[in-house]
Amino acid sequence: MGRFIVRRLLYMLAVILVVSVITFLLMHAVPGGPFTREKSLPEETIKILEKRYHLDQPLYVQYTSYLYAVFIPHFTTTPPNAALSSQDDFLLNVKIGSLWIRWMNFGPSYRSRGRTVNDIFRDNLPISAQLGVMSLIISILIGMPLGVMAALKQNTMLDYLGMGIAILGVSVPVIVLGPIFVWVFGITLKWLPPTGWAAKPPFFLGFLPSNLNWEFFQHALMPSFALGLGSSAVIARLTRASLLQTIREDYIRTARAKGLQERVIIVRHAMKNSMIPVVTILGPLFAALVTGTFVTELIFGIPGMGKYFVTSITNRDYPVIMGTILLYAVFLVLANLIVDIMYAYLDPRIRYD
Amino acid sequence: MANTNEVEPKSVGARDTLLTQKRESLGQDAFRRLMRNHAAVVGGVIIIILILLALLAPWIAIKPFSEQVLVDQNKVPKWLVSVFPSLEPYAVYSNDYPLGADYVGRDLFSRIIYGSRVSLTVALIGPLISIIIGVIYGSISGYFGGWVDNIMMRIVDVLYAFPSLLFIILLMAFFRSPISDIQPGTFAYSIKELDESLGGMFFIFIGIGLTAWETMARLTRGQVISIREKEFVEAARTIGASNARIMFRHILPNIVGPLVVAETLAIPGYISTEAFLSFIGLGVNPPTPSWGSMIADGAKAIRTYPNQAIFPALALAITMFAFNFLGDGLRDALDPRLRGTQ
Repeated sequence: MGRFIVRRLLYMLAVILVVSVITFLLMHAVPGGPFTREKSLPEETIKILEKRYHLDQPLYVQYTSYLYAVFIPHFTTTPPNAALSSQDDFLLNVKIGSLWIRWMNFGPSYRSRGRTVNDIFRDNLPISAQLGVMSLIISILIGMPLGVMAALKQNTMLDYLGMGIAILGVSVPVIVLGPIFVWVFGITLKWLPPTGWAAKPPFFLGFLPSNLNWEFFQHALMPSFALGLGSSAVIARLTRASLLQTIREDYIRTARAKGLQERVIIVRHAMKNSMIPVVTILGPLFAALVTGTFVTELIFGIPGMGKYFVTSITNRDYPVIMGTILLYAVFLVLANLIVDIMYAYLDPRIRYD
Repeated sequence: MANTNEVEPKSVGARDTLLTQKRESLGQDAFRRLMRNHAAVVGGVIIIILILLALLAPWIAIKPFSEQVLVDQNKVPKWLVSVFPSLEPYAVYSNDYPLGADYVGRDLFSRIIYGSRVSLTVALIGPLISIIIGVIYGSISGYFGGWVDNIMMRIVDVLYAFPSLLFIILLMAFFRSPISDIQPGTFAYSIKELDESLGGMFFIFIGIGLTAWETMARLTRGQVISIREKEFVEAARTIGASNARIMFRHILPNIVGPLVVAETLAIPGYISTEAFLSFIGLGVNPPTPSWGSMIADGAKAIRTYPNQAIFPALALAITMFAFNFLGDGLRDALDPRLRGTQ
């Protein structure tokens, strides 16, 4: 297991490097740059700006110095001081003795003056994470019971109803569900605030808001449902199919023959094995939720990463593009790693070596 | 598959007459099962209607999709108020627009009709591109095996780990960037012209195609490997058939079923990807109507004119419904063992 994780971590690193190279090359392959605008700036100003952000250097130098700033931990004795320079802002600062270990400097944003990519991460990423985590929880909380219910009551009205809801869920992407929710629950019925977000810093564990109260959930409910419903449908269908297959296995018959309670058979014997295919889908599902947060945030007016990601691409804000894509790539690859580990836990027959 | 009718089994008395009465090809059998699935039939009918709408758009749509009548902006027909009561205090009525006019006075109904063209084209071209690339890639990898397979699949693994929607967004940003210094006559210029004549759809195809083939390649490879060792392939090889012949005449026909099912089930994904891209402004070029971009425009006015977002959203939902139903039905019909999975 340990060897497997190490190997997967190395593989992860390779993927992240490939992602960074592709992103970097695509970004720079487009003619023009972050300072070409409709009303063009004077030549000298562009020259000065490019020099300031080291855009006048050859590409490979820019790329390697970016990698150096982001990936290599820096050891200094000077404490972090954001006011000192916007080019010297690290995401992680750990103090050991008198030595500071500082890691991940994503650089300054070209468009939002005076802000670094790390500033954007600190302010907006927790909000996207709250949305993503809530919708993941919702999709599991709705999807699994729905699937289990449909499987246990196979070919009854409950089954058809559950699977009907599920096919509805897969067919309405968040850009459909979002406006409908806003109109129905936000504007017509006035049950929930149609837009906005109410998370208050400081954020615990990097994303948990300090006000986990009704005010927060009131704002979070609609967007998380709109985003999570599609995934819950996928989970429901998969849970149903997988559980149906499992309860036909011999060992379930054995358990029945032993005279175990039906509840124990389902929960202890059938559920654990039928979760394996469901866990596999969580990786891709997480990816869908993460990218789904972009549009959900646009629809519900949530101040997360979505706006920055989309505008940074049209604005050619290189560090913001690189930073967001790398960060999301890390999330997704990590999610897949966690899925693989859960896999081995759920099914001891699966061995990695 | 195709051989079932040619090889007549020796008759075994009375049982055989019973069998011959019911005998039909796999395709017929699958079709019969498909027709018995009401949801799939409804889905199929909706898709046929949508295709007709898309083809006959110029005759069905009452106005050109880009015609702006600024004085008519946000006008709504009378009947809409009974559905959206909140409109009452400020609505300006005009029954010239069956579903209302948008913020620059374009007819929503006509734009939704024309919008079906984008979604359906994506539903057609998306699978086509991913099948062509994926099947060629996957079958080469699966057929030759060994180090070829190893290298080709590691490449797919890495690309697979690249979050595909992020990749499409990046590609679209790359394609969509204002490129002024392209000279007429060059290759890049003709591609750009082609894209513009398609209302920006060409690059959407490229973006979707470049990411969607990976799943198809993996599926094809797995199928090819399972067929490769079968006796009939061995037999074909002994009589001296070439690699290409074995691949295309013997292996491919046997794996078409799962590939078609996988692609049909992937279609709603392509449709929503296009809608997603158009929603964030990286999809079709305005004024080409796409349901995604219409929802984006409408969502900005959702508090005042909900009809501008709700109707294109419904159109998108119905289309995805239809494809999901048909895909499910097709999978059940072609392979009953898979019923209810995925």
